[in-house]
Amino acid sequence: MADWQAVIGLEIHAQLNTRSKIFSAVSTAFGADPNTQASLVDLGFPGVLPVTNEAVYEKAVAFGLGVGATINHQSVFDRKNYFYPDLPKGYQITQLDEPIVEHGHMDINCADGSRKTIHITRAHLEEDAGKSLHRDYAGETGIDLNRAGTPLLEIVSEPDLRSAEEASTYARQIHKLLTYLDICDGNMAEGSMRCDANVSIRPLGSSELGTRTETKNINSFRFLEQAINHEIERQIVVIESGGRVVQETRLYDPDRDETRPMRSKETAMDYRYFPEPDLLPVVIDDSFISAVQDRLPEMPDEKRARFQTAFGLSEEDAETLSGNRSLADYFEYVASASDPRQASNWVRVELLGRTSKDSFNSEDVPVPASELASLINRISDETISGKIAKTVFDALWQGETDSVDAYINVKGLKQVSDSSDLAPIVTAIIANNPKQVEQYRAGKTKLLSFFVGQVMKETGGKANPKQVNDLVRIQLDTA
Amino acid sequence: MVAHVTTPFQSIAEIRANLDDGTYSCRELAESLISRIEEHDNDINAFITVTADDARSTADAQDVLIAKGQAGPLTGIPLAHKDIFCTEGVKTSAGSKMLDNFIAPYSATVVEKLKAAGCVTLGKTNLDEFAMGSSNENSYYGPVRNPWQKSHVPGGSSGGSAAAVAAGFCPVSTGTDTGGSIRQPASMCGVTGIKPTYGRVSRWGMIAFASSLDQAGVFARNAQDAAILLSAMTGADPRDSTCIDAPLADLTQELSTPLAGIRIGVPEQYLSELDAPMADLLTSALFEMEAGGAKLVDISLPHTRYAVPAYYVIAPAECSTNLSRYDGVRFGYRCEDPEDIEDLYKRSRSEAFGDEVKQRILVGTFTLSTGYYDAYYRKAQQIRRLIHQDFVAAFNSVDVIAAPTCPGPAFQLLEKISDSIAMYLQDIYTIPVNLAGLPGLSMPIGQIGQMPVGMQLIGQYLDEARLLGMAHQFQQRTDWHLATPTLQATGVSHG
Amino acid sequence: MAVNKETVLTIATLAHLEIAIDQVDDQIERMNRILDLVDEMQAVDTHEVRPLATPFDQVQRLRADEVTESNQREKLQSVATRTSDGLYLVPRFVE
Repeated sequence: MADWQAVIGLEIHAQLNTRSKIFSAVSTAFGADPNTQASLVDLGFPGVLPVTNEAVYEKAVAFGLGVGATINHQSVFDRKNYFYPDLPKGYQITQLDEPIVEHGHMDINCADGSRKTIHITRAHLEEDAGKSLHRDYAGETGIDLNRAGTPLLEIVSEPDLRSAEEASTYARQIHKLLTYLDICDGNMAEGSMRCDANVSIRPLGSSELGTRTETKNINSFRFLEQAINHEIERQIVVIESGGRVVQETRLYDPDRDETRPMRSKETAMDYRYFPEPDLLPVVIDDSFISAVQDRLPEMPDEKRARFQTAFGLSEEDAETLSGNRSLADYFEYVASASDPRQASNWVRVELLGRTSKDSFNSEDVPVPASELASLINRISDETISGKIAKTVFDALWQGETDSVDAYINVKGLKQVSDSSDLAPIVTAIIANNPKQVEQYRAGKTKLLSFFVGQVMKETGGKANPKQVNDLVRIQLDTA
Repeated sequence: MVAHVTTPFQSIAEIRANLDDGTYSCRELAESLISRIEEHDNDINAFITVTADDARSTADAQDVLIAKGQAGPLTGIPLAHKDIFCTEGVKTSAGSKMLDNFIAPYSATVVEKLKAAGCVTLGKTNLDEFAMGSSNENSYYGPVRNPWQKSHVPGGSSGGSAAAVAAGFCPVSTGTDTGGSIRQPASMCGVTGIKPTYGRVSRWGMIAFASSLDQAGVFARNAQDAAILLSAMTGADPRDSTCIDAPLADLTQELSTPLAGIRIGVPEQYLSELDAPMADLLTSALFEMEAGGAKLVDISLPHTRYAVPAYYVIAPAECSTNLSRYDGVRFGYRCEDPEDIEDLYKRSRSEAFGDEVKQRILVGTFTLSTGYYDAYYRKAQQIRRLIHQDFVAAFNSVDVIAAPTCPGPAFQLLEKISDSIAMYLQDIYTIPVNLAGLPGLSMPIGQIGQMPVGMQLIGQYLDEARLLGMAHQFQQRTDWHLATPTLQATGVSHG
Repeated sequence: MAVNKETVLTIATLAHLEIAIDQVDDQIERMNRILDLVDEMQAVDTHEVRPLATPFDQVQRLRADEVTESNQREKLQSVATRTSDGLYLVPRFVE
């Protein structure tokens, strides 16, 4: 069996988060009733014409700057011709020869710890197609064109990736950058970012490219890895059994964990590209680009480094907390308004334990950053103990309350820290447990926690553990 | 039976005077023309849809405005729209079975503007299917016949709109011109037609044939009327990216400008290849211009002979993709019981598109396909640049260019229909103007065998006012534009 | 440049047009006549001539990013032949 090398390139389609579509003034909001966000232009009615949304250029340029790419001052749209039910005009308006962005790169961390540069050939603007619903209509397919006309940035990498894992890492980095720049909401479940994987294999050491297949419309990092791995294995089997890989478009079926050919797309589709005659060239000047540059938010690497120094975090923790723009903003708020170390722990453990890091969106999190900061401050000022704080957090998460302070008051969770309150209880516990006292004094110092535990139990958990600890030790040691 | 309150060939100026002084009302005028259409259009077939009820109610509303003293220049003026302009709530067919069932859900900018100006739409006129043709023999609704001689074609693709004005069904009508589809029928029907500069009039709502060539324009009995109507159609439109960013134009400004001193370029390539009767009429017309003080200057347009080949790459290419949206899914014709999606597309399109349309889609698809793009589409666009440069160079030494509109008068029905090339060569003088995006006008200059012929005036970028002015001056000195056909209806004849 | 039967049929497939079997030869001939006409272009030297896409030098007017169109489903679907629950229906196809 020969050693095979996988050669992978990704085409990532990112929906730009503009308010209106790229060529029509219709909303891009997700989830509307079918065809209620589809205008004459989106539906390709006779006599309609496209007019380009200015916001797509700012966002495309921001991406270009984020990957160190060349921004083309002049860019042109082209027609890509093919028939498909979700493509109303029978052509897609896209960019072929004069895309807005070219020659960028993204550096990724490989499994072995090294850094690798993935080259980005180009990123261009185009319109999204509609959706087909194959389910409920016996013998027929339903077409919803709400999505038709949503602006896409198609990001094309060179075939520099060598494993499914690398591909997934690269895709995650792109995802992070897109959300950082606030040009895409990154919601993969809603289709805001989709990946097409071009996969081929070749004998290790060869410099020629094998025949590649394209697996389309993958919308999760996990599926991306699975699809690529499946495709690599499939191609190896095909070649090793004497066959040839057919150049074709495939779909990944996550239920069966397999790729299969797309039946309705012809193998050698001739797209007959030519410049879109209904649109004129767009020219952006250096001042436009500088203005976008000035407005660029902090990039992921910068933010990570800043979190390390400003909040005293380890590189690993800082990497986690800066992994997603919304998450980073959330964390930063909490860390600035309370103790950073605690903030780091709470966010990484309690928050990320309940929600995904990749698709973290602070708007969907039931605990606002301000309340988490309050909670941590209540621990810091010893109003409550860390243990009690967890119950408060749970209450916030479940929606039982929306205010830390109110909950503490209503439930009477305040920590008892006053020695004059605690000392008698400690005394009583000591008095009631002579056996343990003797054992402790005989050398079993671990029993300290027994006494502390008893006091905690006696006080319904509300005693300040640190205080109790000190009081117990003092009383036990000074008898 | 509504009495004919007026002769059917009045100009806008005459109609305006009569409406304003109460000689007749807008309603009476509309009724009179509707009757005329009912009486005579069976033989001519200029109309696909007559919107009689809408016309009546619009006319009534205009009468109210006139009574209040709020009339504008076009208030109450009847017109017809080429059935390629979307008209909300009204059938808009593009002359095709594909859109036979299509009631447009919106109106074209041209339609909106003329409605706002107070025009009374009498109906939608017949055309070559999807504006592809030079004889109006390619319509799903049957050919249009030339009012001058019904065995002859009116020209195309805007044959219906030209015939409607020629027959006295309305004083003005709208048309579209991609390779000559206004100018050529204007010539063949003895009316004045103008295609403005590309981008002068919005294409929003104008069903697309060839996007970089299509332009809306006007048919009228004379240049002054054309200027009035065309002016109301101009102006920037944010819905059309290719529409020039200019305000509403007043194209009547140069109607009174004398011909004296205007330099008219005459391309040496053209006159020599014309048949004698046509060449003679052209020479006479130019002589008339000279008598008015204009100067004739020889110019050369060396690349115009490549205009037709280049056009028959660019126009089919653009149309092949513009017509991909007709797939039976969201509007238009849908075949019965499609077996699968491929069948739906193939049969809906094949059953509903006519021959010429299919032909051009095939040619266009071919010339854009892989391996042929450079040799065809790109080459054609390079030639387009050269043609454009020829005109720009010529305009260094002249103000306007005079040329034939078409090689001869209207030919007979069926004479050229089976010979695509012969048909395409009808547009040999008009096509270069569309490729260069310049304005072009055709005005009547005489008759050959009792059939009218026109001459073309080609202007510089945005110089429509000058063309209209020169045509108006010519029409002050001549009366070819006043000639009218005699329509024979069953049992009744009208002058 | 001449086209043969295979090319014409491929083109017809791309354009989703049907050519009746007894029309194919005729279609080939018609196309070839047009292509002969078009081939006259090859006589012109266009070396280093920039293609002209639209006949004027204007750049694209961009539109402000605002939602100004609302739901028009009922009106726009009134001209469709087959719809259900707001969806356009086509014969079932597998991706």
